[in-house]
Amino acid sequence: MIWLDVLVQGILLGGLYALFAAGLSLVFGIMRLVNLAHGDLIIFAAFAILLVTATLGLNPFLAALLAAPLMFAFGWALQRFVLNRVLGKDILPPLLVTFGLSVALQNGMLEVFSADSQRLTAGPLESASIDLGPVTVGTLPLLTFASAVLVIFALNRIFYTTALGRAFRAVSDDPATASLMGINPKSVFAIATGLAMVIVTIAALYLGMRSNFDPSIGPARLLYAFQAVIIGGLGSLWGTLIGGAIIGVAQTVGAQINPEWQILAGHIAFLIVLLIRPRGLFPRAVD
Amino acid sequence: MATVTTRTRASTIAGIVALALIAIGLILPAFASRSLIQDLFFILTMLTLAQLWNLIAGFGGMVSVGQQAFVGIGAYAMFGGVILWGWDPVPAILLGGLAAFLLAIPMAFFAFRLAGAYFAIGTWVIAEVTRLLIAQWKTLGGGTGTSLPREATSDIIGVEAIANLFDLRDAAARDVLAYWLALALAVGTMAAIYALLRSRTGLALAAVRDNDNAARSVGVDATRVKWLVFLSAATMTGLVGALIYVQTARISPDAAFSVTTWTAYVIFIAVIGGIGRLEGPILGVLVFWGLQTAFADYGSWYLLALGILAIATMLFAPRGLWGLIHDRWGIALFPVQRRLIFEGAKDG
Repeated sequence: MIWLDVLVQGILLGGLYALFAAGLSLVFGIMRLVNLAHGDLIIFAAFAILLVTATLGLNPFLAALLAAPLMFAFGWALQRFVLNRVLGKDILPPLLVTFGLSVALQNGMLEVFSADSQRLTAGPLESASIDLGPVTVGTLPLLTFASAVLVIFALNRIFYTTALGRAFRAVSDDPATASLMGINPKSVFAIATGLAMVIVTIAALYLGMRSNFDPSIGPARLLYAFQAVIIGGLGSLWGTLIGGAIIGVAQTVGAQINPEWQILAGHIAFLIVLLIRPRGLFPRAVD
Repeated sequence: MATVTTRTRASTIAGIVALALIAIGLILPAFASRSLIQDLFFILTMLTLAQLWNLIAGFGGMVSVGQQAFVGIGAYAMFGGVILWGWDPVPAILLGGLAAFLLAIPMAFFAFRLAGAYFAIGTWVIAEVTRLLIAQWKTLGGGTGTSLPREATSDIIGVEAIANLFDLRDAAARDVLAYWLALALAVGTMAAIYALLRSRTGLALAAVRDNDNAARSVGVDATRVKWLVFLSAATMTGLVGALIYVQTARISPDAAFSVTTWTAYVIFIAVIGGIGRLEGPILGVLVFWGLQTAFADYGSWYLLALGILAIATMLFAPRGLWGLIHDRWGIALFPVQRRLIFEGAKDG
């Protein structure tokens, strides 16, 4: 029975990792940009939510609602004024710029918010749980997973049924031809990064309510996000959810055996998948 | 008659100056202060790490964010040799190179499976896995780390001779020994990289970086070239890591596998100086050392500024300081560009 519980907890934890991964996957899918600051941006968003809850005394959910448009604007500006200028055939400049951003963000947050652990307080929701017969699950992890499913569903709808999604797919396939059809790839990229930052805010909301966070934990979130994307297969958002669940289950199983092995078990699950399915479980994109 | 050469007048002068600098560097401990020797040790080891990163990323197009794996495993292998087998720390540095080489094989195997930019995060994951595994190794201090035993550091071969030669205390003589080894590694690494770049393999490496498929189509074995360069750079990085920790004599997984120190600083040095040029890291390390001595006390403000400086460099001078110098005056101290020289072209 304990293993069933571990499995369910792992899958639900995977929802959080899928939320980390969705923004990374979106940006990579559209502009082939790997944002090494992605994890630090999640922590940045968590601090933004914390700041809103602290100054306005709002509930974290409402605070995230306020923080999301600000994060959209931040992402839009970051893409418009910085990242667009280094995108090109050479993959080196964008990687180095986002790596510089990661170092700058981490240390900037350290100065402003100090190294203390913080948490978003969600009141009774934190300890609430639902009895599902054989297992009892926390309401918050369940809500996290449901949000991940919702975010991925919404992203898929945007991609395949809206004009914006058509523009996303067009610039992803061929920015030069798309621009002949009246699409400005650079503004599409800016919107995509803005959208990714909205997802980052949602991820930050659940991260902050589930566990403590401090300025130094961003890079580890980047690694989990990346692993979920690669396990799922590039270009497949539902695959990313499954990838997140695999990392989550590996971590909870590892932690069950020996608490020190939690993180290591996740990494090893990733390496095993990379070994047997180098293109991930559900590859879609050709590149 | 036409010949192909990479030599220019500037490069001939640079060669002579370099030899003179190496000679001065060798005899420097006779009259330099201990703190200067320690500063030079820092500069030389960081320079070597930056040249090696520059080799795989700048010349090979493989952007690794996992260099700390090789520094850390190299340092730990040296500690293992000393603590477990009672080796002298200096020959144990070779174990560091060996361990980094062995680690680079699975790392390359996994990371080469990841396309383009995801390669970078792949190397980072392997570095994390290595750090977590090493932190489980209780004999070498586990998560908190350990120090080199006093009896191992007190009778390193050569230290007594150096102490007598320059009339120094043992601790200062150890610094001199470490400095000479760092000088040898830095010179050896740069000479090897320069020789590689001027060889057929260097040409193949540049071709693979610029266009993998085109390079394959003209018969370059891209996979072989990448493996060769990645493994060599990893081995050398392991040697440097082991040497750094012979001098430090105290290790912990967090310090030895620090992404900030062994990768962010190193990338910063290469970016500021100029990626894809041998001159770049040399200039970069001097700038970095200047900033480090002036501002390191500011802690995270300093790192914040470094990050922003790196972003600004990529935006406004993507080929770094040396790139600006090269564009302005066309100087290349270590040219790798082949030029065709027609002898007696004036008559024809």
